[in-house]
Amino acid sequence: MEHPNGTHMREITADQITETVARLAVEATHFLPEDVEGAIRGAKQTERSPLAVQIIDEILENAEIARTKMLPLCQDTGTAVVMLDIGQDVHISGGYVIDAVNEGIRRGYGEGYLRKSIAARPFSARTNTGDNTPGVIHTEIVPGDKVHISFMPKGGGCENMSRYQNFLPGMGKQAVIDFVCETVDMSGGNPCPPLVIGVGVGGTAEKAMTMAKHSLFRKIGQRNEDPEVAELEGELLKAVNELGVGPQAVGGSTTALDVFVETYPTHITALPVAVNIQCHSARTKQAVI
Amino acid sequence: MAETVNLTTPLTDEVIDGLSIGTHVAFSGVIYTARDAAHKRLIELVKNGQELPIDLRGQVIYYVGPTPPREGAVIGSAGPTTAMRLDPYTVPMLELGLKGIIGKGGRGPAIRQAIKDHHAVYCIAVGGTGALLNRHIKSAEVVAFEDLGTEAIRRLEVEGFPAIVVNDCRGNDLLEAGKKEYRTSSRPIPAVQSLGG
Repeated sequence: MEHPNGTHMREITADQITETVARLAVEATHFLPEDVEGAIRGAKQTERSPLAVQIIDEILENAEIARTKMLPLCQDTGTAVVMLDIGQDVHISGGYVIDAVNEGIRRGYGEGYLRKSIAARPFSARTNTGDNTPGVIHTEIVPGDKVHISFMPKGGGCENMSRYQNFLPGMGKQAVIDFVCETVDMSGGNPCPPLVIGVGVGGTAEKAMTMAKHSLFRKIGQRNEDPEVAELEGELLKAVNELGVGPQAVGGSTTALDVFVETYPTHITALPVAVNIQCHSARTKQAVI
Repeated sequence: MAETVNLTTPLTDEVIDGLSIGTHVAFSGVIYTARDAAHKRLIELVKNGQELPIDLRGQVIYYVGPTPPREGAVIGSAGPTTAMRLDPYTVPMLELGLKGIIGKGGRGPAIRQAIKDHHAVYCIAVGGTGALLNRHIKSAEVVAFEDLGTEAIRRLEVEGFPAIVVNDCRGNDLLEAGKKEYRTSSRPIPAVQSLGG
């Protein structure tokens, strides 16, 4: 499509977005990402507790059954969290993009026999919306002419262990490490360890939590490009795995598979830290249109 | 592989006596599902002096909200949900004779004590293994609160349903013991979060 000023706009239809989201919902809930499964397999070699090793075996067997029998990995097929990176040279036609995403969720959760887990009114009539909509949908405008869709069926057990706190600016790295360790320690078995831990440091409250969530789309072992942040990720992983929580909190040396940190410049008065935990069923799936 | 104790429901006091933390158990027989919304209703019935839709004496409740079954299947994916969320409802259930609970994660101190006082047992199934656990469920029938959908009370017939004893009838706690045994951190152990999940 030619824009009046002569620049190119690529057209993507609302239907394309709907179809992609529906497909991602089914794939994400049935196929454990290879990097996650690989990390769990690796943990089996280093885990010290025999009981924890048995739990890891069950987790691996579950992934195999889910994949081959087309049963969801976990009955909690989550809140549908969708992050859209929309290229600024894209024109979406044939409907409103947010409606298109929700239609994809509706279709994916219906056709995929996924659990509908959304209560309409949070503090009063908690009637189930019946189709798992609305999703929690984030949009970002990025350079280019593509739409990048990141889908995460986020389970309640781990999401409910999210935490945010602002620290004194001078408290530095130690405040981050202490806060993350305390959160994991207090959460125990509720978020289904072994965990993947997302941490957002800086920005404002909502920026910190969004970064924590966004980081969970990384592959296991993928370090932050900033060497100082990457070093913090390594320190956090070590500190968390010393807590002894272990798989399903029965005790063990595998509490987390990885810790991801994202940072953003912040106000001179602030040191915001947000923790968003992912369970061992670290389900994500992405697509580019 | 640790030895597995086969359990047939309903549970007797004698059987519960023989269970210790860390023991692998396999449930066979009938168990009932109930989670947040169903518990809320059950407790309201108790408060109003009304009869419950199920007789809890000697029974086992499984905290689960399954995915819908595909055509011809008994049930969908069916793993445990966080038990601590049900802590506020658990004592009245034990008072009505409930003997076994299957969930995931730990219980608060008051519930650990109540499990001891009522000579009951709390077990975990491995959270996030709903596809594997599906295979141990042979039949499922909604017996109350059908309008709650996934949260309705279901009567499940299970065979060799695997779980691990976390709180035994002597007041022991596997998660507390396990954390102490494998902790190499010098950080003081905080209290487990009392709500959420």
